Amino acid sequence: MPTEILMPALSPTMEEGTLAKWMVKEGDTVSSGDILAEIETDKATMEFEAVDEGTIGKILIAEGTEGVKVNTPIAVLLEEGESADDIGEISAAPEADKADAGNEEAPAAAEAPAASAPAEVKSKASPDYPEGTEMREQTVREALRDAMAEEMRADTNVYVMGEEVAEYQGAYKVTQGLLDEFGPKRVVDTPITEHGFAGLAVGAAFGGLKPIVEFMTFNFAMQAIDQIINSAAKTLYMSGGQMGAPMVFRGPNGAAARVGAQHSQDYAAWYAHIPGLKVVMPYSAADAKGLLKQAIRDPNPVIFLENEILYGRSFEVPVLEDFTIPFGKARIWREGSDVTLVSFGIGMQYALEAADKLADEGISAEVIDLRTLRPIDYDTVLASVMKTNRCVTVEEGFPVGSIGNHLSATIMERAFDYLDAPVINCTGKDVPMPYAANLEKHALVTTDEVIAAVKKVTYR
Amino acid sequence: MATRKSAAKPNVSADELKKYYHDMLLIRRFEEKAGQLYGMGLIGGFCHLYIGQEAVVVGLEAAAEEGDKRVTSYRDHGHMLACGMDPNGVMAELTGREGGYSKGKGGSMHMFSKEKHFYGGHGIVGAQVPIGTGLAFADKYLENDRVSFAYFGDGAANQGQVYESFNMAAIWKLPVIFVIENNQYAMGTAQKRSTSSAEIYKRGEPFGIPGQLVDGMDVLAVKEAGEKAVAHCRSGEGPYILEVKTYRYRGHSMSDPAKYRTREEVQNMREKHDPIENIRQMLVDGKHASEEDLKEIDKTIKDIVNKSADFAKESPEPALEELWTDIYAEEIPQNNA
Repeated sequence: MPTEILMPALSPTMEEGTLAKWMVKEGDTVSSGDILAEIETDKATMEFEAVDEGTIGKILIAEGTEGVKVNTPIAVLLEEGESADDIGEISAAPEADKADAGNEEAPAAAEAPAASAPAEVKSKASPDYPEGTEMREQTVREALRDAMAEEMRADTNVYVMGEEVAEYQGAYKVTQGLLDEFGPKRVVDTPITEHGFAGLAVGAAFGGLKPIVEFMTFNFAMQAIDQIINSAAKTLYMSGGQMGAPMVFRGPNGAAARVGAQHSQDYAAWYAHIPGLKVVMPYSAADAKGLLKQAIRDPNPVIFLENEILYGRSFEVPVLEDFTIPFGKARIWREGSDVTLVSFGIGMQYALEAADKLADEGISAEVIDLRTLRPIDYDTVLASVMKTNRCVTVEEGFPVGSIGNHLSATIMERAFDYLDAPVINCTGKDVPMPYAANLEKHALVTTDEVIAAVKKVTYR
Repeated sequence: MATRKSAAKPNVSADELKKYYHDMLLIRRFEEKAGQLYGMGLIGGFCHLYIGQEAVVVGLEAAAEEGDKRVTSYRDHGHMLACGMDPNGVMAELTGREGGYSKGKGGSMHMFSKEKHFYGGHGIVGAQVPIGTGLAFADKYLENDRVSFAYFGDGAANQGQVYESFNMAAIWKLPVIFVIENNQYAMGTAQKRSTSSAEIYKRGEPFGIPGQLVDGMDVLAVKEAGEKAVAHCRSGEGPYILEVKTYRYRGHSMSDPAKYRTREEVQNMREKHDPIENIRQMLVDGKHASEEDLKEIDKTIKDIVNKSADFAKESPEPALEELWTDIYAEEIPQNNA
């Protein structure tokens, strides 16, 4: 049967074009790869090649014709043994049904999880370990190291890599002692090459290992962010669930002290933006331990945001053989009735301090630590806001597109009728981090700002 | 006609030659069909055809063993067919259908096969190079004696992460073969306009990585070089670089104005250096195959390709629920199965 040669689409957006020039004439024999015509689109003039072999039986669209719609028959190709007589009535209409199958108006996208039934919201907060569990004081630094060591003992495919993690014992001593116990095969000093070793670790995860990648600080992870997002976070989806990157990217995040603009950024909102990643930002040592162990076991790429100032802080940590904390479960640090303070990571320090001072003034603040930013425990926040009717969020990151912004929107959508005042977001200032001590202090969120915000929402 | 170098190689059986002919022709016909489906609007977005470069993957796959891994850029259809992935699944992914390797969620540039140890299909130029190095890191860690092929182009050879990868592969002696598919144009930029030294394979020298220049239009030369590289890696001596000189007949993607090179240049490569014609000639000259035999192969391939196109048209679009699946894994994927 004669084959119709159709006007081709030569770019992702082409709908019609000009048949600029025929390079063949009726009766010519063509084989696959021969140039049939030149076609002009809005982008360029391109050559159009034959796919099948045969003889040009008839040219249907004359050269110079403008506005030829994609899929319009432009010529007829005869196969071996066919003649022009075999060309029957050639319909000028494009073979629309099949060709368009992929282009149907996309039906309304599947519904996003619906926002509904605010009254049914229930707090998910629950104790992380049984009452009466033996506790001991530990720094966040020690808790993180113990979490890694325990998981490395349990699974030989878990390994740590990063700058100065082995012989130097960690730039912030978080990996102290790991080299001695696990050796250089599993505690790997890398060159200063964030983009490269992040990508290498993604490949190692594809290849069956469970890497823990330490960034000396998350500021340096901007060199590697393409590998974190485009390679680690998206592969499970792009492969239709065939393969993914079970791994942890961890290290200090946010401002330390007097290290200036390039070493002081909080990336919580950046990573929380990305589907495919899980994002953890602990405050206490117990949470650091339980959540890091959970992160190492998680089959997805996990961003684990630590804080240099918190490394040396001591907290009570449960003495348990195997202590993990599930993601997506906030912790209520302090119950209260007048206002809900929501924070995470080092922001908790301001929230708790403010709550103490507010208590002296007779204002009862409930303080919630989100602990994980993807997934976020919305229900615990909403249940609290429905009780207190007021909310202030606290974080060190920049204000535009902050976690607080996102929480405000969620509260507005799901608990609007419960609010007695607009939600206020306390954040770092909208400026690069300055070096001078006094300026730096003001660039960060302060306890006084949190107190002022609470007074504003409680109309005191 | 120019003398064909590989005609002199005696140590290849007729069956092997026929297999290479078959595998290269399958890629070419598949790509021509993909181009046609793109023209019909059945394939959308970007679509980078491998026509002209077939000898590179077919030669290197001939040097690989079961369990060896490969990862490449967005010009990936040839690699997938050469490592044994199902043409139906590849074509259906190109049309964005449920029967595609990624259930229609990846597209031309993002396809994977755990079963065939094909780790993508990457759309970010050069990003696959550290990933391939990491696959080799895992293999060395797991002591499984496997080798990884990290393919990238002459364009990607100017990305910094390539040299970060060279460095780490060298210091840790990782079993990775860096395959530079030099088709001489980074999109529309000729190598001499983008790359300070003509000999990319020598760029491993400062890292202590041996490199070799290979005629990528000669499948037997590619296979021989591949075997040498594989032996080097498998013996624990660390990485190896192959710069395989090849040529892309078609545009960078589908909308390519072709203003950056002359038609004569392309015609010259097609007529005098075509890798498939080269093998065809060897088969006929050496009386390893009759015209009839070759016609039979052509017909078999035409059938495979037509079937893949039919499958890709008939496979339904993914269900809307697929929008929300595969974002997070519930359990650790058995990546190294």
